[in-house]
This record gives sequence, C-alpha cells and structure tokens, in this order.
Amino acid sequence: MKAVIGVKGLTRKFGHLIAVDHLEFEVHQGEVFGFLGPNGAGKTTTIRMLTGVIDPSEGTATIQGHDIRKEPLLSRAHIAIVPEEANVYLDLSVWQNIMLIAELYGIARHRRIREAERLLAALGLAERKKAKARELSKGLRQRLMLCSALIAEPEIIFLDEPTSGLDVQSAKMIRQLVSDLNRNGLTVFLTTHNMSEAGELCSRVAIIDKGRIAAIDTPDKLRSTIRSRQYIEVGFIGSAPEHSELNSLPGVSQVDEENRTFRLYTRVPGQTATEVVRLADRRGLEIEHFGSQKPSLEDVFLHFTGKGKGTGLQ
Amino acid sequence: MTVQREAAHTWRRQLHGSLVILKKNARLYYLKPPVLIFGILFPVFFFFAFKMGRPIEAENIVPGMIAMALWFTASAVGPLVTPWERGAKTYERLISTPVSHHAILAGDVMSGLVFGTCLSIVPVLMGIVLTDASIDNGPLLIAGMVLGALNFASLGVFLAAPPTRSPANIMLLSNLVRIPLLFVSGIFMPIEKMPVWAQWIAPLSPLSYTSALLHSAFGHSATYPVWQSLLMLLLFTLAFFMGSCEFHNRWRAKGLS
Repeated sequence: MKAVIGVKGLTRKFGHLIAVDHLEFEVHQGEVFGFLGPNGAGKTTTIRMLTGVIDPSEGTATIQGHDIRKEPLLSRAHIAIVPEEANVYLDLSVWQNIMLIAELYGIARHRRIREAERLLAALGLAERKKAKARELSKGLRQRLMLCSALIAEPEIIFLDEPTSGLDVQSAKMIRQLVSDLNRNGLTVFLTTHNMSEAGELCSRVAIIDKGRIAAIDTPDKLRSTIRSRQYIEVGFIGSAPEHSELNSLPGVSQVDEENRTFRLYTRVPGQTATEVVRLADRRGLEIEHFGSQKPSLEDVFLHFTGKGKGTGLQ
Repeated sequence: MTVQREAAHTWRRQLHGSLVILKKNARLYYLKPPVLIFGILFPVFFFFAFKMGRPIEAENIVPGMIAMALWFTASAVGPLVTPWERGAKTYERLISTPVSHHAILAGDVMSGLVFGTCLSIVPVLMGIVLTDASIDNGPLLIAGMVLGALNFASLGVFLAAPPTRSPANIMLLSNLVRIPLLFVSGIFMPIEKMPVWAQWIAPLSPLSYTSALLHSAFGHSATYPVWQSLLMLLLFTLAFFMGSCEFHNRWRAKGLS
C-alpha cells in the first residue's frame, strides 16, 4: 500500500528537552491512522512538524512524496488540519471563514462556493452561514473548522483531538463524517484521548510515549500483543470455587472477583474456559454466566505507556 | 522553460496568498481599537500639540504632518496582526496553509501600506484645501507617500516578531520606537536646527527620508536630496522585511501555545 506520509528520524528539541525523539513510521493511503499518547507525549509537536508549523530539529518526513523541509509548500498543499482548539476567526462570519481558507489554498471561485454550500449542509451549518463565528458554540465552531479544512480538498487531514469537549451530537456527527470521508479515500491522521473513538475509527494506531513510538499496529494486533490481559468472566449460582482453585487453573495469571463474578486473566482463554467448566462439573457447581474478553485498546494504551504498571498489567 | 513556468506559477500563487492576507487583515484589524488609537488619534493629537499656540505658517508644516500621519497609520497594523493571531490561535492554522511565511508577512506589510496610504490622503487634502500649501511635484508626492508607507508598514511587521500573544506588549514596543524617532526626524523642525546629537541620529530614522521627500514634493528645501531619500527608504524597507522574515521564522514556535 502506498505511503502518503513517511516519517524518518523526526526529532524536535526545545532546549534540552527532547519532545519528539527520532520517530519512524508510515501512514498509508486511505487509512485512518490513530496517534495516541498521554499528555506531553509529543503528539501535537509531531503534527506541528508534519503540517509545517514548526521545523524539526533532526530528521524529516514526506507528505505525498514531498519533503516537508525541502518542499514545504508542496507538502502543505496536500494536507489540512483541524487543531485541538477551534481557531476560527471569531470576527468573520461562518461563510467568510470558509472562503478565507479556500482562497489561501487557491480553490477556484465557482468550486469553493459549490463545495462550501455542500459542506455547510452536510455539517448542519447552512442556516448559520452569515453568523459571526463568535456566536457559535464550541461544537459548531469545531464543525466550522472541519468545513474549513475540507474546503481545501485535502488528500490527508490531520485531526488533533477533534471531538474533545464536544457535545454528544457534534462528536457523533464529526466521527460519522470522518468515517464517510475515509470511505471516499481521504487519509486521516487522528490524535485522540478517546480510546473507543480510536478503536472505532482507526485502521492502525501508533502509541507514542515520551517522544518515542512505543507500539504501532492494527488495534486487533495490538490487543493480541498483550495476551495476558485477555480474560474470561464467570459467575456461579450458589456456592463458588475458592480463589486459589481458580488461580491454579492452567494459564491463569490473576483472578479478580466482584459481585460473585470472577475475572480470570489468561494467555490461553480457550483452555482456561474448558478447565473452568470441568471444575464446575467436578464440584457440582452451577454456572450463571460465562464469557471471554480481549483486552481493550485502553488496556493496550496503558500497557505501552507504562501507566498499567502496578495494576496487574504485563 | 518548464522550471521558469513553475517558478512563475509559484510566485503568482504566493502573491495571491498575500492579497488574501491583505483582505483578511483589512476586514479584521483596520477597525480594531489599537489601530484606531495609535493610527489615527495619535497623529491628530501630535498635530495639535505641535501647532497650537506656535507662530508657524500652516503651509510649512503640511509635509511634516503628512509624514507623521504616514508614520503612525502605516505602522499601526503590523504590530497588531501576529500577536493577535497568536492569542486567538488562528496563527497556527494560517502558517499550515500552502502560503509561505514570507507571503504571509508580505500580506501584513501590504495591509499597513494600504491603510497608511489611504488615511494619509486626508492630511494631504486638508493641507491643500485649508492652507496655502501647493504640490510642486505630484509624482514625487505619490512616490514619497507609497514608499514611506511601505517602509513604515515593514517596520510595523518587523516589530511584531517577538513571540508574544499579547498585542499590548508589541504596541508598547512599537511606541517605544516610533515616538522617539518622531522627534529626531525633521517633522517638527528642520534637522539642521536640531541639537547636534539629534542630527547624528536623524539619518538612522526612515521617517527623516520620507519627510525630506515630502518637503521636496511641496517645493520646500529638504535635508536630503531626492535620490538619497529614495535609496535609503528602499534599503530600510529591504532591511525591515528581511529582518521580519528572519525573526518571525526564528520565533515561530515560541509564540504557540
């Protein structure tokens, strides 16, 4: 698959602080690439370098084959950005904000008018097009930011926490639009703290911690890399086995109990499930409910960013 | 040929980008209070402070008043734009577009140029209508006004380079530069009549050359010959713009949140 973003040894230092440390990764055409990390991990700095807002201290990246250091204008012509904080011009109207960005990207007059009308309708802003941006709520401003980004007809869009702090309706609308646009071929570079959002939207995710890539793969493969966080959940009617009995079953690394429901963490959930059923048979116990779960993306995130240490994560 | 065509296309795109920035700035900043206060009220205040109660022929002060109006108006927009955009967090969005940083700064300079030139027509008309002043060399007057406005607008953009998100800080800095230079540039009295130390400083102020050009345009004697004033204004403009490009670029990351 063709790489539309290629990051090679990208580094940014602020004085003695290394905010981003020799990043290496690729983003492929048509994927939603999640860029996850705790606060201060280097996500925004990476986006700022890729979008030409700040220069790298070392290394470089290519956007659609154009080096961001040698051909910054050509590389920026292919991208659009929706920053974390809606930074629309508050004293311009909704329409003027969109037209400004379209003109900066050199979109022809008839095309920018037609596209703006379509985008405003798609994002529920058509009736507010003459309103000043300062009159809009945070959610509507974020939709306006998305309109302004999409009017540029980008091939790659950078979304930095696009739904952070938004109402449910705006967040859902933005997620839906991102999903639709991606289906039409737009490559999306997404940073988010919302793990379910990342799990729902992203084809691949990179986890960055302390300026370095800690893991990069599809959400499913990342989940399977921390197999110790797979678990089966079982509840019993009446009497239940002892903790120690469950703990001694093959593959079980940890047993938690809550409201008479046991959670057995195991690397081999199939085998453990069989053993649990055998144990219930032997002891004449009645199983009330039974299920197995893979680790969530949040578990993966906590695991790779070190925040899972001390909570049984391995 | 293809390379030349590509270069021409890039130049056209960047020039278009500068004009878009000019339009945006005109819409957003021309009526902002700091621009109105420092661009319009200040020169009016200085005019009255200078003229009231002094036995000076009105027509003799017209070139100086036009130069002063240009000085304040053309340099009022530049110091506001970048810190305002940093504070409003629109700066990051702007510099991620395919318009070069130089073209954005050129657009800011053009904003000051247009604002300064247009507003300075008012004292020109007032001088002609209300006093006995008459224009001796029209093209030189236009050249002096446009070049002066271009120079002062470049100075304004240069002063906006420090990485602050508070327009008030830059306005303070710009007045620390603009007001002292006003008194050593031959606006209120000819440079020849100023103290020796001021005569030494006068050539370092671009306002001195604009004032000299405008005096020549009105047929008055000028401290510097026309060619020298034109050359010095061009050199100052080039220095301010190159300085703007260098320092805005150097401090680009520091002004972000």
